[in-house]
Amino acid sequence: MLYRTRYLTQIIARVLIWMAALSTIAVMILILFQILKEGLPILHLRFFLDSPRSMGREGGIFSSIVGTIALTLVAILFATPLGVGTAVFLKEYTRESRVSRTIRFGTDCLAGIPSIIFGLFGFVFFVIYLNMGWSILSGGLTLAAMILPTVISTTEEAIKGVPYSYREVSYSLGGTKWQTVTRAVLPNALPGIFTGIILSVGRSIGETAAVILTAGSSLVMPTSLFSPIRTMAVHFYILAREGISMEMAYGTGAALILLVLAINLIANWLLNRYIRRRA
Amino acid sequence: MLPEKKIVIKEFNFYYDSLQALENINLHIESNEIFAIFGPARSGKTTLLKSLNRLTDLIFGARHAGAILLDGEDIYDPEMSLTQLRRRIGMVFDLPIPLPMSIFDNVAYGPKLSGTTQERRLKEIVERALRSAVLWEEVKDRLHTSALRLSGGQQQRLCIARILALEPEVLLLDEPCSGLDPISTASIEQTLTQLKKDYTIILVPHNIQQASRVADRAGFLLNGELVEQGPVYQMFTRPRDKRTEDYVTGKFG
Amino acid sequence: MILEIREKIIEKIFLLIALSSISILALIAIFIFGEGLPLIWKIGLKAFILGERWVPSKGSFGILPMIVGSFWVTSGALLLGIPLGLACAIFLCEWTPPLAGVFLRPAIQLLAAIPSVIYGFWGLIVLVPLIRNYLGGPGLSILSGSLILGFMILPTIISISEDSLKALPPSYKAGALALGATHWQTIWRVLIPAARSGIVASVILGMGRAIGETMAMIMILGNAVKMPTSFLDSARTLTTNIGIEMGYASGDHREALFATGIVLFFIIMILNSLAIFLSRRRGS
Repeated sequence: MLYRTRYLTQIIARVLIWMAALSTIAVMILILFQILKEGLPILHLRFFLDSPRSMGREGGIFSSIVGTIALTLVAILFATPLGVGTAVFLKEYTRESRVSRTIRFGTDCLAGIPSIIFGLFGFVFFVIYLNMGWSILSGGLTLAAMILPTVISTTEEAIKGVPYSYREVSYSLGGTKWQTVTRAVLPNALPGIFTGIILSVGRSIGETAAVILTAGSSLVMPTSLFSPIRTMAVHFYILAREGISMEMAYGTGAALILLVLAINLIANWLLNRYIRRRA
Repeated sequence: MLPEKKIVIKEFNFYYDSLQALENINLHIESNEIFAIFGPARSGKTTLLKSLNRLTDLIFGARHAGAILLDGEDIYDPEMSLTQLRRRIGMVFDLPIPLPMSIFDNVAYGPKLSGTTQERRLKEIVERALRSAVLWEEVKDRLHTSALRLSGGQQQRLCIARILALEPEVLLLDEPCSGLDPISTASIEQTLTQLKKDYTIILVPHNIQQASRVADRAGFLLNGELVEQGPVYQMFTRPRDKRTEDYVTGKFG
Repeated sequence: MILEIREKIIEKIFLLIALSSISILALIAIFIFGEGLPLIWKIGLKAFILGERWVPSKGSFGILPMIVGSFWVTSGALLLGIPLGLACAIFLCEWTPPLAGVFLRPAIQLLAAIPSVIYGFWGLIVLVPLIRNYLGGPGLSILSGSLILGFMILPTIISISEDSLKALPPSYKAGALALGATHWQTIWRVLIPAARSGIVASVILGMGRAIGETMAMIMILGNAVKMPTSFLDSARTLTTNIGIEMGYASGDHREALFATGIVLFFIIMILNSLAIFLSRRRGS
């Protein structure tokens, strides 16, 4: 009798777990399918190359694309040296100590802060206090702060993956710490570092809350780092919420999804090609 | 003419945090000889070797007492430049560690670190080093292919060439033939005998037989203590200490 | 000697760079507190947190409705996310015909990569009408928010739980099976309790993620500024309150939004520290 119930529980559990896994996959497919179905037909060349007209009801999303790229570039430009430098310091220049624990705590906390708080911070610090206004620079710097923890942790992983023996060889040949880091460690950690950067790019593209408060929402083509812009994600949000044009919303959404998908595929390919191979 | 004492180790003690790895080592190495440090596993042989080029500095919690003199100068003197020291005393590890780059770049790595950048000069250095390591003939046509493609024995000779490119005075070899087939082992042992003319060599042999084939003098290290030292022939046929005799005759290992 | 000095300088530069994350954290705290504290001083902490009326035009800044809203939405999300997430983690760890992992893992990766505005949009056009038609109410409700949020926090819960389960010594499983337990019993009675602290850490991090979500919630919660009384009510969370009104707030109103940010900051800090503490414990 007891055996039967145990067996029954086993089967029920098995079924439930399968259902959980399948429903997760199903919902994912549903969401992607819905947006791509309506949005893909909208994506023709003109959509990408034209700028928005009449508040986004017509035309394309060219200025948004430019804005998104500019914003992401600024974010990467600032986050990469800071992130790689921090990781190098943690892994090569210290070992577990009060300093390193504090730095890690700071990084972990930064990683957990919601984007709306970053938005508030970016607004009061970059837009107002430093007088940069709503601009690519304000938004990019705010984003850089957001992606910093990711760059740090992926770089740390990459550096960890470099065999200790390489360092020993470099030191035994008379290398200084700086020489060892730049010639024996970092060149071999590059694939991992790149992957981290690409993942951060994907995150930046989808970020909305922080961007809308720091880069503004102007549809005009930006002319300098101090111009306000409306990124694709922000454009998508505004179109959807204000109900301006469902068609354009679907199109922008589809473009966003495809972009993020592509970036993830590239990151995965890099991971498999360089990091798996090493192992 | 007495051979000069190239390296003198005076009352040297070494600690990893609270664990004592080497106890009161007194030893000298003469120029242009091959000195073998042998003993059972975990006796401190690698620690002693790595102390000679201060690679032990990399380990947190490492402490020492006593002195190690190279040509009369204390290597632990604060005035002594670590980079200079490590170029004068080069080390080959038990596992060949080619850096993931071409054969040429591997050998040129050291010279580039010390500032040599002229292409022509580098080529000369690389060729000379590879010849001394008896590897030139085998790789001269594929200098720019990856070093990872070489066989184990070739990789180890590459590692030797790597240090030779810096024109060191002393070579430290930590079980350089472990994992190598007998033919590669023989070729490396032969290379060492040839290198003796120009360098002082300190070797941790893979086994006693290797020491007797290759070395001039030897020291027996047991549990961090240098039990005795002397000419190789004497060490293995008429050891003065009972412990040496037991080890050499295989009573423990 | 010059070489040594240069190396020392380089080391100091790296130290400065490494202090950047802590510095940014400090900056964020300083400026958010700087903007928000004056208002809390003005109207009093109790009135702010326990006040039930949020009417900026009249100077009423009580955020209790938002706190309650955040609480309900997060609870709902966890109600969905924990069982679903744990089940998927177990699936990935224990039940692997490799084929299954091939489909589930990319799905989870995608789940994590898709921007939140896309989720909000989908919720708006699919979930909201569904709920409105079949369950009543405006559709823009805590229920729809919870459902979407539950899915959004899945990747967090799954990845950390999976890591915890994988980190268990294989002897646990082998031992239990050898004693005659069925596969499920092993999982339920031995492995999950053993991985407890990692799983709890994943839940806490998921909670933090849920509390911090803004855009998707703005799009589907309905944003009514009153105390919610049922799952079908519209509501606001702490985050959506900021997100909606920041665009046009000024003066005291703006300060109040920053003050809301302070409350959020505290909540997240506490949750984060808890999670870090738990994962350190697990590590040992």
